[in-house]
Amino acid sequence: MDIFLNYLFAFVIGGAFCVIAQILIDKTKLTPARILVVYVCAGVFLTAIGVYEPLVKFASTGATVPLTGFGYSIANGVREAVDQKGLLGAFTGGLTATSGGIALAIVLGFIASLITSRKSK
Amino acid sequence: MNKEDYNKYISMRAKKSPILKNCCFAFLIGGFICTLGRVFLDAYIYFGIEQKDASSLASMTLIFIAFVLTCFGVFDNIAKIAGGGTLVPITGFANSIVSSAIDSKSEGYICGVGAKIFSIAGPVILYGITSGVLYGIIYYFCTFLR
Amino acid sequence: MQKFIKFEKSPSIISCYSVVGKHEKEGPIGECFDEYSHDDTFGKKSWEQAESEMQRMALRGAINKSGLNNDEIDLLIAGDLLNQCVGSTYGLVSFDIPYIGIYGACSTCALGLALGASLLEGGMCEKCASVTSSHYCSSERQFRFPLEYGGQRTPTSQWTVTGSGAFILGKEGNIKIKSAMFGKSVDMGVTDINNMGAAMAPAAVDTICSFLQNSSHRVEDFDMIVTGDLGYEGSEILKDLLLSKDIDIRKNHVDCGLLIYDRFSQDKHAGGSGCGCSASVLAGNILKNMEAGAIHDILFIGTGALMNPMTLYQGQSIPSIAHLVHIGR
Repeated sequence: MDIFLNYLFAFVIGGAFCVIAQILIDKTKLTPARILVVYVCAGVFLTAIGVYEPLVKFASTGATVPLTGFGYSIANGVREAVDQKGLLGAFTGGLTATSGGIALAIVLGFIASLITSRKSK
Repeated sequence: MNKEDYNKYISMRAKKSPILKNCCFAFLIGGFICTLGRVFLDAYIYFGIEQKDASSLASMTLIFIAFVLTCFGVFDNIAKIAGGGTLVPITGFANSIVSSAIDSKSEGYICGVGAKIFSIAGPVILYGITSGVLYGIIYYFCTFLR
Repeated sequence: MQKFIKFEKSPSIISCYSVVGKHEKEGPIGECFDEYSHDDTFGKKSWEQAESEMQRMALRGAINKSGLNNDEIDLLIAGDLLNQCVGSTYGLVSFDIPYIGIYGACSTCALGLALGASLLEGGMCEKCASVTSSHYCSSERQFRFPLEYGGQRTPTSQWTVTGSGAFILGKEGNIKIKSAMFGKSVDMGVTDINNMGAAMAPAAVDTICSFLQNSSHRVEDFDMIVTGDLGYEGSEILKDLLLSKDIDIRKNHVDCGLLIYDRFSQDKHAGGSGCGCSASVLAGNILKNMEAGAIHDILFIGTGALMNPMTLYQGQSIPSIAHLVHIGR
């Protein structure tokens, strides 16, 4: 039962983040690129003021997989790094915490450019 | 008719995006992707990986899936229906990088792929990292005040 | 003053040829196009080269159909949507004919015909060719997003046609270009790149109104009033705006962007656009009907949105233009 609830929470919270973005796409003139920027910055901000952590505890991947979760990782990484290394951590923490995803995406992007052929749409 | 009236007139008559339908699909597909992330997360923890690394790995797995779907040319077809449902999860980030790389291949690997790979994902990284650094600096000085 | 140019020496369209891509071939008028590529690549390495190849094929086809040799053609007037008109330049370089590159966005086809007819009328050349093209993949790259990028389109957005049309103009031919009118650029402050129909409709209204005022023609004189790529949204706005000026074109108006696709089953939102759209529909469908005698007089109005991504990011609105040619037997 617990497992089911975990999945349900991830589904609902993750879905809710997407619905908010969808409403922004359809109802405002915001382009997708702007919306993503807003999401990342919101993730950093909400983590900074301590609102996001409880949401992550509650929904797990429902809160970490959307791009606000990217901001959450950055902010968390920065805070931990500052605790350990002082001001230097403010600069090293964000990229360190998100390096796995960014590096993988870059490498896969490069591989994709090597292996794919053009497909017409 | 002046410009202002004309713009009012065209935005009034333009057919609106089917927002209810779009939101339903965004919710279902976005929710599904996050749940899938949870499945991977649980699996990695089950295999004895530490929570924090498992969380990174789960995201990376989703990035990999988005890469495969983009390479086979189906990601954009899913995104056409899902809208925010594929844009907001980390899959959208991965798709924007992979699709830029594929697209700029014809201009070569340096000036094409190399220069254009972040043409869409760039802003996310710029503002994400910058706001993180800003937060770190503020946090650092706050720790003195305590 | 906007001049209505009446041609006395009856410049005419000797032959025309159309080349399209896969989606256009599958569309409701797909049967009437002369040639097509089953995968839109036209056997080339990049989309830009594919577009050039399409223009080459179109002009080759039109020249063959006219029975002329390359050196009998004095001038090429060609254009497309790519930066610096590279689609035309690279595609037509092998013909070794004097060349003028023109840009009128989706109005390029009408602009090329009007220019060509004017030069013939003035005696500057004996025979000339007008070629235009657009390619979905190359213009998507230039104006929007990478092809594999996952995004949603709004209902008012239009789909760039993969297609090219070539016309050989001379003095002997059944299909005459009777008059033409060059448009003024009109800016109504529209900034939405996904609603180009709305940006272009006022230009079409402007040109149609001045044409009707300056010539002795009435709307009823024409079997068809053909607009080039206003799409559904723009067409409805055009009819609305003209109706408010007591001009009713609802009976004989058709739009190339609506003819070329079944916009519902092919998921093309507001219809087709791009300078290959009006060119291929005119060459492939409308002029063939005219040749067969099904229609006699048409007004062909090419409408173009003259922006680029840079001006849009700078927050500028989209100026548009409409050029008109009167074609008849």
